[in-house]
Amino acid sequence: MDANPIATSPPENGKTKASARLPALLDLMGRRASRLIVYSLLFCAFMTIPAYANNYVLEVMSNVWFYVILALGLNIVVGYAGLLDLGYAAFFAVGAYTTGILTAKFGVNFWLTIPVAMFFSILAGVIIGGPTLRLRTDYLAIVTLGFGEITRIAARNLKISGGASGLIGIERPSFFGYELSQIVHYYYLFFFLSILAVFVSHRLQHSRLGRAWQYVREDEDAAEAMGIPTVGIKLYAYVIGAIFGGVAGCFFAAKMTAISPETFMFTQSVLILLAVVLGGMGKIPGVIVGAFALVLFPEVFRGIGSLRMLVFGVVLVIIIIYRPQGIWPDRRD
Amino acid sequence: MALLQVKDLTLSFGGLMVIDKLSFDVEKGPIVSLIGPNGAGKTSVFNCLTGFYRAGSGEILFEDRSILRKKPHAITKRGMARTFQNLRLFKSLTVLDNVMSGMHCRTNSGAVRAVLRTRRQREEEKRIRRVAEECLDFVGILHLKDRIASKLPYGDQRRVEWARALASQPKMLLLDEPAAGLNFDEKERLIQLIKHIRDELGITIFLIEHDMGLVMRISEHIICIDYGRKIAEGDAEKVKNDPLVIEAYLGREEEDAI
Repeated sequence: MDANPIATSPPENGKTKASARLPALLDLMGRRASRLIVYSLLFCAFMTIPAYANNYVLEVMSNVWFYVILALGLNIVVGYAGLLDLGYAAFFAVGAYTTGILTAKFGVNFWLTIPVAMFFSILAGVIIGGPTLRLRTDYLAIVTLGFGEITRIAARNLKISGGASGLIGIERPSFFGYELSQIVHYYYLFFFLSILAVFVSHRLQHSRLGRAWQYVREDEDAAEAMGIPTVGIKLYAYVIGAIFGGVAGCFFAAKMTAISPETFMFTQSVLILLAVVLGGMGKIPGVIVGAFALVLFPEVFRGIGSLRMLVFGVVLVIIIIYRPQGIWPDRRD
Repeated sequence: MALLQVKDLTLSFGGLMVIDKLSFDVEKGPIVSLIGPNGAGKTSVFNCLTGFYRAGSGEILFEDRSILRKKPHAITKRGMARTFQNLRLFKSLTVLDNVMSGMHCRTNSGAVRAVLRTRRQREEEKRIRRVAEECLDFVGILHLKDRIASKLPYGDQRRVEWARALASQPKMLLLDEPAAGLNFDEKERLIQLIKHIRDELGITIFLIEHDMGLVMRISEHIICIDYGRKIAEGDAEKVKNDPLVIEAYLGREEEDAI
C-alpha cells in the first residue's frame, strides 16, 4: 500500500484509525441496540393489538398488513430496480384467482395452491416483463398499465374465473386442523407475512442482486458496461415482485372467500404504487409507513364523509411537491 | 495471435459513414492509442468494440472469438472493460458500491441464496468486497470507499471509474479520453497508473486521447484514424511524422482555399 505511487492523499496512518475505531464501534452498537429495542416494542405492540381491539380495528389492521406486503413487492420493482409499473394488481389477481379457482372449482387444499400461484405469478411476470422490459420507463409504464387491464378483463370474461360476478366459496385454509375463519387469524397471518416480506426484501436489497438493481436504476448503460445483463436483472426484479403480489393474492382470496374482477382495477395498482412513492421508494420502513398512511387515512377521516378522499388527494399532492423522495428520511452519508 | 483483431469494420448512421472498412490489431501487452481529429470516429470504434453500437459489417475478434453484435455485458464478461468519456458513475452510491459492480460478472449468487444467506453467498460477498477494496487500493483511493461517488472531486471520480473497470478483471482496458479534465499533476499520475496497470496486472491498455504529449509519451503503438479510415499506424515517431497525420490535424492548404 505504501509503495503506491499514485495515491492522491496518503491513507490515514494506523494510530488515528485505532483511536477513531472504538467510539465508532460503540456508536454502531448503540444504534443497533436502540434499533432492536424499537423493533421489539413495535412487534409486541402489534402482537397484542387483538387483545383489546374490536373487529373493525382488526379488519383495518389486516388490510394494512396486506398492503404492506403488496407495497413491499412493488417496491422491489419500482424502488429497487426503478421500473415504473402501473399494472401491479395483475399479479395480485393472478394469485387470488389461482387460489380461488383451485379451491372453489377443484377442491384443492389452500396451502397447495400457493406454489401453483407462485408458478403462475412467475409465468405472468415473464410474459409481461420479457418483451416490455427492453423499453425505457415511460413506455414501460404504459405497457404495464395495458397488461394490468388485460388481466382484469380476461378474468371478467373467462368462464373459469366466474365472469363478472367472480368466484365464491373459496375454501378457508386450516392450520394444523384449525380452521382460519376469524378476523384475528387473518390479522396474525398477514402480520407474519409482512414480517416475512420485510425479511426477504431486506436480504435481497443487501445482496449482489440488490446492488445490480441499484446499478440499473442509477445508470443503465454504465451497468451494462460493467457486465450486468440489464434486461435479465430487470426481469428478475419484476418476477420477484410478481411472486410477492401473487402470494398476497392467495391469502386475500382465502380471507375474502369471494373475489370479483372489480377488486383488481387500475385504481388498485395506483393505490399500491402510491404507498411506495408516498413512503419513499426503495426504503423498507418508508414503504411500510406509506402502506399504513394509505389504509389508515381514509378510515380515520371517515367522519368527514366523501370529503376525505379530496383531503387525501390534496395531502398527496403536497407531499409529492415538497418531499418527492417520500415521507421517510434519507440516510445521511 | 493478436488479442483484438478488427477486420473491415463498417458503421454508418443513416447515410453517414462513421467507420469505413477499418482494420487493425491490438497485440497482447503494449499500451496502444487510437488518435484522430475531432469527429474522426474514435469513440464510435470503442462503442462498436464494447457492443454499444452494432457494426454494419466486418468482424471483431477478441481472443480469436467473435464479439461482433454481442451485448455489452457479455463482452465485459469476456474480459474487455471500458471507461466513458464523460464519467458514468453510479452517482448516489458509495465508492465501494460503485467498484463492487465490476465483480457482478465474476460471481453468480441469485435471489434464493441471498434470502437464505447461505455460506457460499456470504463467502462470495466477502470476495466481492475484498476485490473491490484491492482495486480501490490499487488506484490509491481506498480511504474514500464509504464516500458518495458524486461528491468526490473530479480526479477522484475518474479513479473510481478505473477501479470499477479493474474490478471486472479485464484482459483489456479501453480508456476513452482518460486525461480529459485532469490537471498537470493528475496527468502525471495517470501516466504512472496506466503503466502500473499494464506492468503489474498484465492488462492490455487501449486508449483514446487528445493530449498528444501524453499519447506520444506512453504509447508503444499508435493507430491514427480520420473520417473512420485508418491513415497511419506505428510507433510514436513514425506516426508523428506521417504526412497524412499532419494533414489530418492541420488541414491541407488547398482545402483551406476552398
